Parts: sequence; structure tokens; C-alpha cells
Amino acid sequence: MIVSIEKCMHCGACVGSCPQNAIYLNEVVLVFNDQCNRCGRCVKACPVGALTMEAKK
Amino acid sequence: MKTEYDVIVVGAGPAGSLTAWHAAKAGARVLMVEKKQEIGAPLRCAEGVSKNGLDKCGIKLDRKWVSAEMVGAKVVSPGGNIFRLNEKSAGNEVGFVLERHLFDKAMAFEAVKAGAEIKLKTSVTGLQMDGSKITGVHMVDNGVHKDVTAHCIVGADGYESQVGRWGGIDTTLKPGDITTCYQYRLANIDIEPDYCEFIIGSAAPGGYIWIFPKGEGIANVGIGVLLNKLKHPGDVKMYLDKFIANDKRLCKGQPVEAIAGAVSVSAPLDKVTRDNMLLVGDAARIIDPITGGGIINGCQSGMFAGRVLGECAKTGDFSDAALQPYEKLWRDAMEERLWRNWMAKEKFLTLQDKVLDGIVETLNESDIDKVTVFSLLKAIKEKHPEVVKEFEDLI
Repeated sequence: MIVSIEKCMHCGACVGSCPQNAIYLNEVVLVFNDQCNRCGRCVKACPVGALTMEAKK
Repeated sequence: MKTEYDVIVVGAGPAGSLTAWHAAKAGARVLMVEKKQEIGAPLRCAEGVSKNGLDKCGIKLDRKWVSAEMVGAKVVSPGGNIFRLNEKSAGNEVGFVLERHLFDKAMAFEAVKAGAEIKLKTSVTGLQMDGSKITGVHMVDNGVHKDVTAHCIVGADGYESQVGRWGGIDTTLKPGDITTCYQYRLANIDIEPDYCEFIIGSAAPGGYIWIFPKGEGIANVGIGVLLNKLKHPGDVKMYLDKFIANDKRLCKGQPVEAIAGAVSVSAPLDKVTRDNMLLVGDAARIIDPITGGGIINGCQSGMFAGRVLGECAKTGDFSDAALQPYEKLWRDAMEERLWRNWMAKEKFLTLQDKVLDGIVETLNESDIDKVTVFSLLKAIKEKHPEVVKEFEDLI
């Protein structure tokens, strides 16, 4: 997942929306762990459009 | 800081502080951990509460943390019909717009006065387990890793609700039960200073726009949109910007603060306890699914949890069975209301703008004596029984 640090408001909307509990916010930085299954719910939940799905490698 | 406590509360919002306050008051050894460097900031809230809600939680009013006192509320339909609840008819239900930076700190002061300890800029990163038994938490205290033992972990970690999920309490939300939000503190706007305003309909799909006054010419102007009504990233902010630009009273306003966030608008969970763990506030998904309000429910759940934890500390038994009085207390206080309002939400989001115009218009002919979702639904039941057909038994 690509996080735009210019847009992210550290609000946690993506964290609580993630069905995998794969996102962690320490108030400054968002960290995605390997539980992320690319469902994309966080991309929609982000109020400011700061998240973008990486192209699959 | 000690290395062992009866209770560790994760999150120092109002629900966490009320838990810590009442547990410590009853004699439990309590540590409250907050990952941010300041309690109550940054804001993630529209800040509206009812007066009698504060009473229910045993919180003594202090003008220091009140921004503005409301005399009424108005609901505005998509076509501009206004339903107004004034002071005379609203009674004690109309409320205050808080200053959460100060309110949250005031609740934390109460916890401290009762004997709780607080750690700031400290993240809980996981649970300590002995087999399947929760024995404490791992935390990072200003960059230093620490393990702290406790008999009960309280998840007061808000919408993010990670603690519960670590402990195996399922708080996962469906996309239809998530509302994402954006809000400005707008200055230099031309609004009624003592009416909270709610704008419903397609301006905020599946949610609403709010204007909560914060004093002369200033208000929290925000929006909540249901997640499954969103099409493009960043739509929430776009909807709000569009509304503000087209509203004569607001378009000249300037933002002095912008915040984002999300709230759950779900039916109540089946369970918010397990051995050595319980959840309070937003983490327990007890936000009102119609209004999105969570301060009073959160405070009340914290008060109940704290009292029960105080009893548990006396016996040393923090098992799921010993925590059941908490489940009973909060469910008796709000479970039926949460269910009813969730069903109402599910229905309302199917209504077209024209239907909403009709409903708001006829509400004015009703005799409503209290500003509650219940009294509004009752009036709707009289005039538009088809709207509430699926859940009329609850009204």
C-alpha cells in the first residue's frame, strides 16, 4: 500500500476499517503488516484519498 | 510506573478516563496508556452532547470545557425544508458543544485524582499471553520497549479498536456500518449561534452534514458519508467542500482546523468481554448509528466498566464471568436503542431526497417534546408509518 504522507491526517479511519487488522498507526506513521490481503477497504475509507493500492508485483 | 497493575486502560479518551476514574475510585490499581503526546488532541469529533447525557454519567458540568450552549436543533431536508426543535420543546435534551481538548483532560484529571496513573506517548503494541490467558501488554514508552503485567486490559482505543481484535473479540465492521468523516472548524461564518444543524439527503450519501456552533461566527462544519456510498478516494472531503462552496452562510468562512476520521454505525456487538479483557466506548462499537454520537455512550460504558472492575479488584477475579455485570449494565442502558437506531439507519439510507423532504415537512406538524431520535421516529411513525414499518415494534 502506498501512503501519501502529504495527504494522510493520521486519523485512523483506515485502521478501524481494515478487516485483517493489518494496519498500525503510531500517530505519525502508518505501517501495513503482511496480513494485508489487498481488499482495498482502507483506500475507500480514507477521507482524504491518501492511500493507493500498489500494482501487484 | 509499576510493572504490575490490576487494570491497564489503553486509550485516554473520555471512555478510557471514565473507566480509569471509576476503577481507581473503587480501589483498583490502574494505569492508563495514551499513544499521543496530549490527551484530547488532535480533535476527532464534532463535540456535541446532551445535557442530561452528562448527568447520566455523573459528570459535573464545568463551563471551562463548554464552547457553546444550544437552545435547539434543526434538521434541514435536501429541498430546504427545516424542522426546528426549540428550547421550550427541547427541554434538557438539547445540549452543549464541548471543547474536547479541555473536556478530555478534565476527565483524565478525575481519573488521576482517583489514583490512576497515566503514560503519554506510549503505544501498546500487543498483548502478553500465557497460553490463551492475557497477562499484560507490550508497550513502547517514548521509544523504550516495556512489558507490563495486568489482570485486565481495557480496550478504549477508539474506532481503530485493535486491542479487542488482538484479544479475539471480533469488532470487524461491514462497509455498510462504517461512516467516514471530515470536518473543518470554520471561522467568519453567518450561522445561528445556538442551534445545531443537521443537513440530510444526497449532499452526504448515507450520512449527514453538521454545523455545530462554537461561539460567534465559528462552528464545526463536518460531514459523514457511508463507506459503501463512496466511489472515489477523497470523496468525503470533496462532498464537504462542495457543500460549503454552495452555502451562502459558509462560503466566505475560513478553516482554522481540519480533521478526518471514521465512526462505526453498526448494530451492537454480541460480546465485548472475555477473560481478562473488556472494551469500552467506540472500541466496543457503541456509537449511535443514527447520529454518529459516541461521547455520552462512551462515558457511560466507561463508568459501568470502572465500577465492575473495582469489584473485580476486590476479589482478584477478572474472568469473563466476573466481567458479566459490565455487559449487563451497558446493555440495559443502551442496547435496545442502538438496535432500533441501526434499523432506522438502514431504512433511512434507502430514502430518496423527495421522500426526506416530505418527512421533514410533516414533522413540523407533530408535537415533539424532546430532541431524541426516539421522539423523531415516533413522529415519523404517526405521519409516515411506511418508513418505520420494519421496526415499528421498537418505537
